Formats: sequence, C-alpha cells, structure tokens
Amino acid sequence: MADPMRIRAATLGDSTEVKVLMSHEMETGQRKDAQGQTIPAWFIQNVIVTWNGRTVLSAQWGTAVSKNPFLSFKFKGGAKGDKIAISWMDNRGDKRTDETVIA
Amino acid sequence: MNEMRRRLIQSGGGMTLLGLLLAAGWLKPEEAQAQTWNKAAFDTHSLTDTMKALGGGDPAQSKDIVFFQTPEIAENGAVVPIGVTSNIPKTESIAILIEKNPNLLAAVFDIPTGTETSISTRVKMAQSSNVYALVRADGKYYVAAKDIKVTLGGCGG
Repeated sequence: MADPMRIRAATLGDSTEVKVLMSHEMETGQRKDAQGQTIPAWFIQNVIVTWNGRTVLSAQWGTAVSKNPFLSFKFKGGAKGDKIAISWMDNRGDKRTDETVIA
Repeated sequence: MNEMRRRLIQSGGGMTLLGLLLAAGWLKPEEAQAQTWNKAAFDTHSLTDTMKALGGGDPAQSKDIVFFQTPEIAENGAVVPIGVTSNIPKTESIAILIEKNPNLLAAVFDIPTGTETSISTRVKMAQSSNVYALVRADGKYYVAAKDIKVTLGGCGG
C-alpha cells in the first residue's frame, strides 16, 4: 500500500483550491536496471476527485507524469468543512483513497 | 472481482458488459468511470496519431489556451511544472502532449461543469520539446503549443 496523499483544500471567495501530492514511483518502463533489464512501467492511470461525493475532476495519466505526482485545480461551490476525496488507481490495480475537509 | 473487471475492460468489447455491470448495480458509476483509460491514445507515438486517438484530428490553434507556471527552460526534465488554463467557453477536457517523449500523451483531465478550466501538474520530459495543450470545448478541439528547453532529460537515459 502506498503512502498517504497530502491534500490541501481551501476556499477563497467562491472557489475552492485543491492541491494534492501523491506518493508513487511513476516508473516509465523506459529505464533499465544494473543488469540491463527493463524496469516495467508502474504508474497511476486514473485519478478522481470528489467534493461531497460529486466528481469535480477526473484524469487519465500516462508514464510522463512526474514521480510523486502533483496536481492542483479549483472548483466553485465548496464550503468550509465539506469533504474532498481523492482516489487513484495504477496500472497494477493498486488503489488508494484519501480524504480531507475544506479549510 | 477486480481481475475480472479489468479483463472485461481490456477485452475491448467490454463496453456493453460494463454497462450490464452498471445496470446490475455491481459497480458504482464513480468506480466505473475511474476504470477507463484510453490505452489507444497513450500508446501513440506521433502528434497526429495522438490527437486523432483523442478525437481531435485537426484542432484549431487558439490564443485562449494559456500556459502558466510553465518554464521556458527546465533544468530537470524529470520534474517540469505545467499549468494550462483554457478560456474557451464550455471547455470539457484538457490534454497535455509532449512531442518528443517516447509516448506523447502525458495526461488528460476531464473537467465537469463547476470546475475551473485550469489545471496544474508536473511532467517528465525526455528532451527539449514542444508541449501541446489540446482542449475539447463543446465537442470541438483547440490547441496551443509552448517550446520548453530541457537541460537534463527526465526519462532515465
């Protein structure tokens, strides 16, 4: 199981900014190890962000997203105390969901 | 269950089965959505192929797509910040393509109504390259490019 994400969600005016830092190798499948064997690709493919259960962003990622991915965006309507949940799934089928409340 | 679900989706003919699973209430819509991954588009190796696979064969150049927090020169190709804002009305999705990476497509963001059409993330770049933001708005496709110089490549050469 991967390490927890670090999520920050804060409302300013009528929009809520969500910033997330995930913990993942994001191996490209292009690199070789010391023995010359290709290191298999291992990366997050899907990300979904919900606000009180409603999807506010979904993403599909390839191997070009950096190790320990960072993502930030804003949506309208969030209020202090609302729940933000972020889930990802990688190409091995590993999943992780973390939650926070809007500050 | 998980194994089966994945195989269903990879089999290509999975859409109807997926629909059945949805109807049967086995899958929550959210989970089903999180399962889609456009393998065809992520596997492409040329700009035209990638855009075609995303559905935007011949996108129009647009000045309403703006890069922000994106460097002209990236010292470390492993971590290049990319921010894209689309000022085109009814923007539905933003894709980031890196022309000289082994696989061009880095990410696709689907933006529901109510979410600002602006995202920021970090990507890997193998070498200096044009980076394209492909935007789908009201079913039409628009594109903008930015040239980013990379001092040190980020695809583990």
